[in-house]
Amino acid sequence: MIESQILLDPTAEVSPAKRQRVTPPDSLEGKTIALLDIGKRRGNVFLDRLEECMAERGLTVKRYAKPTNTKVAPLNVVQTIAMECDIVVEALSD
Amino acid sequence: MPTFQDGFIIVAKRECPTCELLESVYAELAAHDVVLSVFSQDDPSFPDSLNDVIDDTGLENSYSLDVETVPTLIRWKGGKEVERAIGWNKTEWRDLTGINGLGGDLPENQPGCGSITVEPGMPETLAVRFGDTNLEARRIEVAAMEDDIEVGFERGWSDGLPVVPPTEVRVVRMLTGTTRDPAEVLGNIPPNLASCTVEKVAINAVMAGCKPEYLPVVLAAVEAALEPDFCMHGLLCTTHFAAPMVIVNGPITKAIGMNSGGNALGQGNRANSTIGRALQLVIRNVGGGVPGGIDRATLGNPGKLTYCMAEDESDPIWDPFSVDRGIASGKSAVTLYAAEGMLGNMGDMSRTPESLTRSLAMSLRVIGHPKKIQAHDAMIVLSPEHLRVYREAGWSKARALEEFNKVLTFSGADFIEGAHGVAEGISPDRADEQVSKFKPDGLNIVRAGGIAGMMSAIIGSWAATGERGSKLVTKEIGT
Repeated sequence: MIESQILLDPTAEVSPAKRQRVTPPDSLEGKTIALLDIGKRRGNVFLDRLEECMAERGLTVKRYAKPTNTKVAPLNVVQTIAMECDIVVEALSD
Repeated sequence: MPTFQDGFIIVAKRECPTCELLESVYAELAAHDVVLSVFSQDDPSFPDSLNDVIDDTGLENSYSLDVETVPTLIRWKGGKEVERAIGWNKTEWRDLTGINGLGGDLPENQPGCGSITVEPGMPETLAVRFGDTNLEARRIEVAAMEDDIEVGFERGWSDGLPVVPPTEVRVVRMLTGTTRDPAEVLGNIPPNLASCTVEKVAINAVMAGCKPEYLPVVLAAVEAALEPDFCMHGLLCTTHFAAPMVIVNGPITKAIGMNSGGNALGQGNRANSTIGRALQLVIRNVGGGVPGGIDRATLGNPGKLTYCMAEDESDPIWDPFSVDRGIASGKSAVTLYAAEGMLGNMGDMSRTPESLTRSLAMSLRVIGHPKKIQAHDAMIVLSPEHLRVYREAGWSKARALEEFNKVLTFSGADFIEGAHGVAEGISPDRADEQVSKFKPDGLNIVRAGGIAGMMSAIIGSWAATGERGSKLVTKEIGT
């Protein structure tokens, strides 16, 4: 078994020890939203409905898909989303 | 902490020929009516003559007893050590045990071997293993499958290049490079004015790739940066190119293998590269000075990764720069300079000091901006072949600097706003003045470089110098 490793914090320790999540945006206004189908069954149903709701609010939506839910997204998918969008929503549902 | 029974303690290892030689002695001792505790560092079945050897392959007992050599014989009484014999000396062992005929046929004397506890890297490892480090920094747990190099990037600890993961063992090892208390506070690092201990500097020195013996230089550099005269906060926040440049003088440059020769301002020397980087990492990680945050440099310069050199003091013609700065000859020191990138001057036809001074002055004139006057300082990094011209003419450094200032004094008319069709410039009412490019003491010279090449480097300063910005700060390097 590979054991975890302990490192010493090189900072002034003013932020929490656990890595923080990226702060969600205050507003979706003017943002381009990626909807990522991870390849799991019926995820597309959820994303279709989400796209409809977002379109009604006048938001810009782009659709992307992973080839399979069993592996992490291919680099080109990740990079394309990063270049074209500000926010990404992943459909995790069955 | 392990506890020990009153009686005799022996620490040994099978790999040690002296320990093996003493098989009959162990058996003799066991046969007497004494309490005998024998610890084996490498093989619990050794010594073969005893049945109740204590397994110390984990080294906790050896570490606790501070054993440096095996075999070590200790007399323990009332919960503490009374007497110790190191290696084999027949008389010493007989006196210590009170057994007259002990080791009858053995040689009188046989030195022991090194304890496993003092093998390279082991003292730090054992200090961490047995909780003896007294390190205060917060522990960050990295999950088993996480790449510890990527952790440095993900947590924002990196300057853009991989950092060495600051494990407890590496930090303890780094701290062996200084005699200072890890808890000692050096000051508050800008911009967040966070308290910085020797331990925090050591952690960042590990990440930069320093060896422990570089740590006193890094500590002196951090202390220099904290001097109000250096104005580190302003230097960090500026839109200008400048960054703290570390110039190291004195015997430590040779002791730690710094490069003051070919490529003195380039790559390839571990000490040069990592000392400058460690200072930058302290500012980044402890102080919170991060590009895009408080660091608003328009372009920056490559020296913001690391900017560190040693002066070549091999030619006694001129005093070391640190001596000019008030440090006693023979002492080691760092000087911090708020430096922008370097400008090369390839003047390879000047064979007289007069010509060479004028030649270099042509480059010095454009520092900061060709029409700026007394706005920037400058540092000439003079190569050996250029130095030779001054040496052969018998010029002192003071004479050279005096001549530089003479030839860098101009008619104000060429520098006023609008002159030569350029808006930049000094006030038009100074047109009739004679103006000097540099403030008094604004121009300095250090020596470095390879033996071939009639070229020197000119390094301009931050746009805010002297009283309104950064001054040179020199600190003697301690231990």
